Amino acid sequence: MNFIGLIGRYTIIMLESIGRVVIFTFNSIRLIFSWPFYFRQFFNSLIDIGFFSIPVIGMTAIFTGAVLVLQSYTGFSRFSAENSIPTVVVLSITRELGPVLAGLMVTGRVGSSIAAEIATMRVTEQIDALFTLAVNPMKYLVIPRVIASVIVLPLLVLIADILGIMGGYIVATEKLGFNKALYLSNTMTYLKSEDVVSGLIKAGIFGFIIAISGCYNGYNSNKGAAGVGVATINAVVMSSVLILLFNYITTQILFVK
Amino acid sequence: MTHIKLKLDKINKSFGSKIVLNNLDLEVRNNESMVVVGGSGTGKSVLIKTIIGLISPDSGTIKLDDHNITNISGKSRDKLMSRFGFLFQGGALFDSLTVWENISFFLIHNKYMPEKQAKERALMKLQDVGLDSSIMHLRPSELSGGMQKRVALARAIVNDPEIIFFDEPTTGLDPIMANVIADLIIKCRKKLGSTTITITHDIESVRKIASRVAMLHEGRIVWIGDVDKIDKSGNPVLDQFIKGKIEGPIKVDIGGNK
Repeated sequence: MNFIGLIGRYTIIMLESIGRVVIFTFNSIRLIFSWPFYFRQFFNSLIDIGFFSIPVIGMTAIFTGAVLVLQSYTGFSRFSAENSIPTVVVLSITRELGPVLAGLMVTGRVGSSIAAEIATMRVTEQIDALFTLAVNPMKYLVIPRVIASVIVLPLLVLIADILGIMGGYIVATEKLGFNKALYLSNTMTYLKSEDVVSGLIKAGIFGFIIAISGCYNGYNSNKGAAGVGVATINAVVMSSVLILLFNYITTQILFVK
Repeated sequence: MTHIKLKLDKINKSFGSKIVLNNLDLEVRNNESMVVVGGSGTGKSVLIKTIIGLISPDSGTIKLDDHNITNISGKSRDKLMSRFGFLFQGGALFDSLTVWENISFFLIHNKYMPEKQAKERALMKLQDVGLDSSIMHLRPSELSGGMQKRVALARAIVNDPEIIFFDEPTTGLDPIMANVIADLIIKCRKKLGSTTITITHDIESVRKIASRVAMLHEGRIVWIGDVDKIDKSGNPVLDQFIKGKIEGPIKVDIGGNK
């Protein structure tokens, strides 16, 4: 096959799948505002996406905060700016690392499991069964997960913010000999509420991306065990890439000189 | 003149360049047990999924009691689904729910029936399919294949549907369990007074379940008639199918020497 033809074919395939994702997303948004709402599914998703992600998010945040202090100390001590370290740590965690790392960790833990679960339901005809029992599968499977994910991600990021700063604080005071009170006051002095809020807004967007990627790929899975595997891979890749893309876009939008 | 329950008129469906249903006509009479037979991959599943609306046809109309039900959606689709029951080939039980929640799923989510009442109804249907209350709180994965199929049957008939669809009800079961399921299908039909449409390639169960048989070949019904006439149909396709002959109008790909 000729090379140009190959490029053309893949471009068309890519555009088609982007179109399908967009249609799926709009359908989901439209269905959020229509009755019925499956509360039980919603609460299950809250527990699954939120509560059980806390350990993973907590560990990630603590070690990220800790390493951030060590690395910035290496640089900042070269020009005697150690006092800026608390500010650097708190700003990078609340504005950037908290939401992005939480987003990526939840993608790995939850996005993949959403995709695998819904894909298995597709393969074993459970989604068709929902339809024959007069329940809209999109409303039953997708909407509760999307809403739960959008609500829960900001909460997880809040936890990540607190634990990340704590991780940094422990290393700074215990290992590098910072004054405890001074470190904390330096942390708070230059922190504005918009730093935290911008991180939480990002988290909400990431939550939406994670749930939609998982649901879309699971919902449109191909037959067989291989189909489930491919759906899971696609969900994780799509979610991770979109999170990093929208991370830049939202940062740009929320960026104030 | 018998009442026509379901009427399919010139149904066409293709996937890509592959024509699966080709100008298919089919009439199902009220209260009869119609069995559609055909080889693997001839579009039997597509046919019943088209009737209940899981797949929309490219053209043609489907009429239920003389009302056009092709491509209807929303509230009227929900209302329509409450008149149908569907038994999937693999059971398709929801593995995150217990047996009784599976059976009363429709009642809880569409009739908003209180839990206690829904549970009683589930138990009743469970007994109808020859199972007892001991499995009510188990998950589908804890049941054997035959039991899963029976629970799935209980779920399909929970709302006393007018038409029940069976997708390969006896495939993958041992001969005894296949017989049990076939008996249950007959029993359910008599008890509920429903019309049933079954697709299968298991000729033993055809003889048992069917009142009329339709042969699907190359996307259309090539023969239709009462079950006692299938051995003397004179139709080469049906003849080949029943006797399992390799030579005949049905082309079999046995690999290699095409």
